[in-house]
Amino acid sequence: MAEFRMPSLGSDMLEGTLVEWLVKPGDRVKRRDAVAVVETDKAAIEIEVYEEGIIETILAQPGQKIAVGAIMAVIRTEAGKKAETPEKATLKDASQLLAEGASVPAEDKEKKLPSIPEVEARRIKVSPYARRLAAERSVDLSTIAGTGPDGAIGATDVERTTATVITQPAEKAPPTPIEETPREASQKEAPPAAPAAERHAAKDYQTAMRRAIAAAMARSKREIPHYYLQMRLDMSSTLRWLESENLKRPIKNRILPVVPLIKGVSLALRDVPELNGYWIDDRHQISEAINLGFVIALRQGGLIAPAILNADEKCLDELMDAMRDLIVRTRSGGLRSSEMTDATVTVTNLGDLGVETVYGVIYPPQVALIGFGKTMEQPWAENGMLGVRPILMATLAADHRATDGHRGAQFLDALNRHLQEPSNL
Amino acid sequence: MKTKNTGKKKAAATNHNHAVHLLRSMIRIRRLEDKCAELYTTTKIRGFMHLYDGEEAIAVGVLEALTQDDAIVATYREHGHALIRGLSAGSILAEMYGKQEGCSRGRGGSMHLFDDKLRFYGGNAIVGGGLPIAVGLALADKMQQKKRVTCCFFGDGAVAEGEFHESMNLAALWKLPVLFVCENNLYAMGTALKYSQSNMDLAGKAASYDVASVAVDGMDVLAVEAAAQKATEVIRFKGEPFFLECQTYRFRAHSMYDAELYRTKAEVDEWKKRCPIATFTQRLKNEGLLSDADLEKIEGDVAQEINEAVAFAEACTWEPLEDLTRFVYSERRMS
Amino acid sequence: MTNDVMQKLTYREAVREAIREAMKKDDRVFLMGEDVGRYGGCFAVSKGLLEDFGPTRIRDTPLSESGFVGAGIGAALGGMRPIVEVMTVNFSLLAADQIINNAAAYLHMSGGLFNVPIVIRMATGGGRQLAAQHSRSLEGWYAHIPGIKVLSPATVEDARGMLWTALEDPDPVLIFENAGLYNMEGMLPPDIGPVDIDKARIRREGKDISIISYSASLFKSLDAAEILAKEGIEAEVIDLRTLRPLDETTFLDSVARTHRALIVDEGWRSGSISAEISSRIMESAFYELDAPVERLCSAEVPLPYARHLEEAALPQVNKIAALVKKMVGTHG
Repeated sequence: MAEFRMPSLGSDMLEGTLVEWLVKPGDRVKRRDAVAVVETDKAAIEIEVYEEGIIETILAQPGQKIAVGAIMAVIRTEAGKKAETPEKATLKDASQLLAEGASVPAEDKEKKLPSIPEVEARRIKVSPYARRLAAERSVDLSTIAGTGPDGAIGATDVERTTATVITQPAEKAPPTPIEETPREASQKEAPPAAPAAERHAAKDYQTAMRRAIAAAMARSKREIPHYYLQMRLDMSSTLRWLESENLKRPIKNRILPVVPLIKGVSLALRDVPELNGYWIDDRHQISEAINLGFVIALRQGGLIAPAILNADEKCLDELMDAMRDLIVRTRSGGLRSSEMTDATVTVTNLGDLGVETVYGVIYPPQVALIGFGKTMEQPWAENGMLGVRPILMATLAADHRATDGHRGAQFLDALNRHLQEPSNL
Repeated sequence: MKTKNTGKKKAAATNHNHAVHLLRSMIRIRRLEDKCAELYTTTKIRGFMHLYDGEEAIAVGVLEALTQDDAIVATYREHGHALIRGLSAGSILAEMYGKQEGCSRGRGGSMHLFDDKLRFYGGNAIVGGGLPIAVGLALADKMQQKKRVTCCFFGDGAVAEGEFHESMNLAALWKLPVLFVCENNLYAMGTALKYSQSNMDLAGKAASYDVASVAVDGMDVLAVEAAAQKATEVIRFKGEPFFLECQTYRFRAHSMYDAELYRTKAEVDEWKKRCPIATFTQRLKNEGLLSDADLEKIEGDVAQEINEAVAFAEACTWEPLEDLTRFVYSERRMS
Repeated sequence: MTNDVMQKLTYREAVREAIREAMKKDDRVFLMGEDVGRYGGCFAVSKGLLEDFGPTRIRDTPLSESGFVGAGIGAALGGMRPIVEVMTVNFSLLAADQIINNAAAYLHMSGGLFNVPIVIRMATGGGRQLAAQHSRSLEGWYAHIPGIKVLSPATVEDARGMLWTALEDPDPVLIFENAGLYNMEGMLPPDIGPVDIDKARIRREGKDISIISYSASLFKSLDAAEILAKEGIEAEVIDLRTLRPLDETTFLDSVARTHRALIVDEGWRSGSISAEISSRIMESAFYELDAPVERLCSAEVPLPYARHLEEAALPQVNKIAALVKKMVGTHG
């Protein structure tokens, strides 16, 4: 017994439609006899048989679509004995076969689409090489301001960052995966500052602090349109007064020269309150309290700017005590969170190291940073006379969104005035 | 081809053994093609497949006139040429199965059968594409003073190609030993010669290039053999090309199956009456050169050959996928 | 090596000497093509060779590109080592069937039985006001085809040394000679030997950007690098030499050093060898990139006749320099 199946008449043929049988049961067929006409995609074609024998059973009916390989008829061959339709010879039409082949379990169809994770609000553009460099040097790309097209970060941006920020060469720090911190979060936090000091591992602490600084500074440079003003201050009066004041005090209670500066800033901010406060949500928010953040460098690198709360209300001695206290607690790790977050303005003094002029980077969302350089004896002309005076360069970096240069100038002028009358400080 | 033929034989079936040999050769082709068709319908063979049914007398007759030193360039309808040239039916079928023991490692399939030792330069599946190659093979022979013939088969469709005309001109111009065999089966796929040629005298076209040319009945193996013998004698003696037009007919569709809308059943039936195997069989019987026993023996032998070939192809193996990109560039340097 | 033993040679003479040497070394080698004999070669490359070797080995052909390229393939199959000269790449399209369907495919479709040791030379390139049909640069397009090798000698040394290596290769090799280079002079030692055809070369070292180029564009790139050097930009210039198989190691290594890549290609941009190179850089050197890969290709137009238009259509030194400055300045 032989099965006559739908032949494949071309590589692209999947099925054919039976047009007619050219034989009927009982007919004798020999090899290469045409036995049926099949309609394919191309045309109607007579199909041949490759067996010799007698047509036993016709299974396919004209008009039926039949898949290639499906049985169309049974032929009793010389070798065959009785008419016996094999069980497997039940004909399935093509649509049935195709349906079986292509059936998809119902549950698959119901599979839900994977939920799309919320995308970052703003994607950082960074060159692949810069990304690799940043990973190698554990630099958080979100802290870097790119100088490429559309602010894209390039390798030089990463190199510049690592060259300035890293004060000590990193000791084989393994590449750290870049944290995907949503940008929105840092904006809502109030004044950024160094992270909590409760960290145990110094390295982790440093890395985390570094990142915090980096994030804040990058954001500052990215978002804040800084303007800078500077003014040479004649420190003669202040220093002279301070010298005499200190003579009245025991050595441990002596007031450092920076204290009158802080007080002067505080008072000047009372005069020009626009520089004291925040820029948040596109809005200038002036703070009533003058909480003066004072930058303290850490021995292991990095810095913290804890706040001297209500600095304008404190006398010089109170300020001196507050500063001492802050420095000790900063370096030993005992700062309170309000001190970490409440600064409304920042003062940085790099004069101890001989820096003449400081161009500061504002701590967002604050709107001003006052920098002090080294007090140096310099020629100073006054009333047509040339003299030598202790001169200090005071600078203001201010957020142009919040204030204009005029306001800034008023501030420096006020600062100068207060410092010229030290007894009122 | 097993018999070396020096070209001295007369074009008459006076020799019983030779006559039976010719008939056997044609039957071998027919049965191989028959098996190919069957294997195609069962999807053992895929791709394009062009069968030679009806044209067997040409491959058999022409190859009788060639020696094993001569070269052959064939078309994509070349199963018969390959088989008669000496490629085993097994290696041919294995090739069509896509098996690595196939004559072209399964890289070529039905249209690209090759054999280097038999100087069988392949089925070329671009119509007309093999002619310039045949010219070049002959040029190499001439430059190396090798007295060999390059035999190039092509169909009537190729005559319309520029490569036909360029090759005729080059071969005549440079006096190259090429036997051009045009298998004129009247149809280029489905376009009849009368719809593709302004002048249907194909031998005349070759003659216009000063190529000696002859047209012969391609359904008559003895006529083809005689003409080919004469042609190769001319080529070997004069060192110039020869054009042999063999007028024939293919009994099957162009490639495996087509609806044959371009010709009538009556026309096919008419040509089938001239089947080169049937007519030659009858002639031999009439001349008393073939007995029923002879024929039975031939069919039996051939059936066995084909069955063994199928079994071989079935047993052959697939080339491992790691070898996919082999044979793009040579793996050995040349001298 | 001192100058007095060096030989001054034009690119044209270098090719001619290479042919002459090959013909002397191996009597299977012969040259055939349109006007290679009596005319002396369309570009005078084969001038004088007919007298030396005779018409059998310096074989003039009829205008039958498909016919004689195919005959070259047949002759290669038949044991010869033909050098087939197709006058220009533009006419090679008439032989594309033989090159692509036969030469490139024979080895593979015969399962490794028949290799085709043919060398096909052709002139290529634009820039000589020859208009659309005589100015094409299709070598990159041929480089798409597996089974053939595509050489693009730019220097006189390569013009002299690549041919013999190509003839020794068992497979079909296409050599593209930019017609604009034939008059270029170079100094070569008289005993200069064959050169490899596998590796790209760094023709100028630099750290700021890799300019990847070949053929006539190589010299435009080198000129641009010279200008850029005066402005403090150090461009590395790579000569691909062979477009297929493409030596990607050389340019990938270079990009890993410079982190920027510019591809200068006289071919068109769309679907081109420059696109291929750019892709390979993306695939294998993505994390080295500090700027997007850039390409300077011919304008997507059949080359026009008018000089100012043709110049505008082709890559030029000033355009290369400007593009490099833009790329390097990006993160400067």
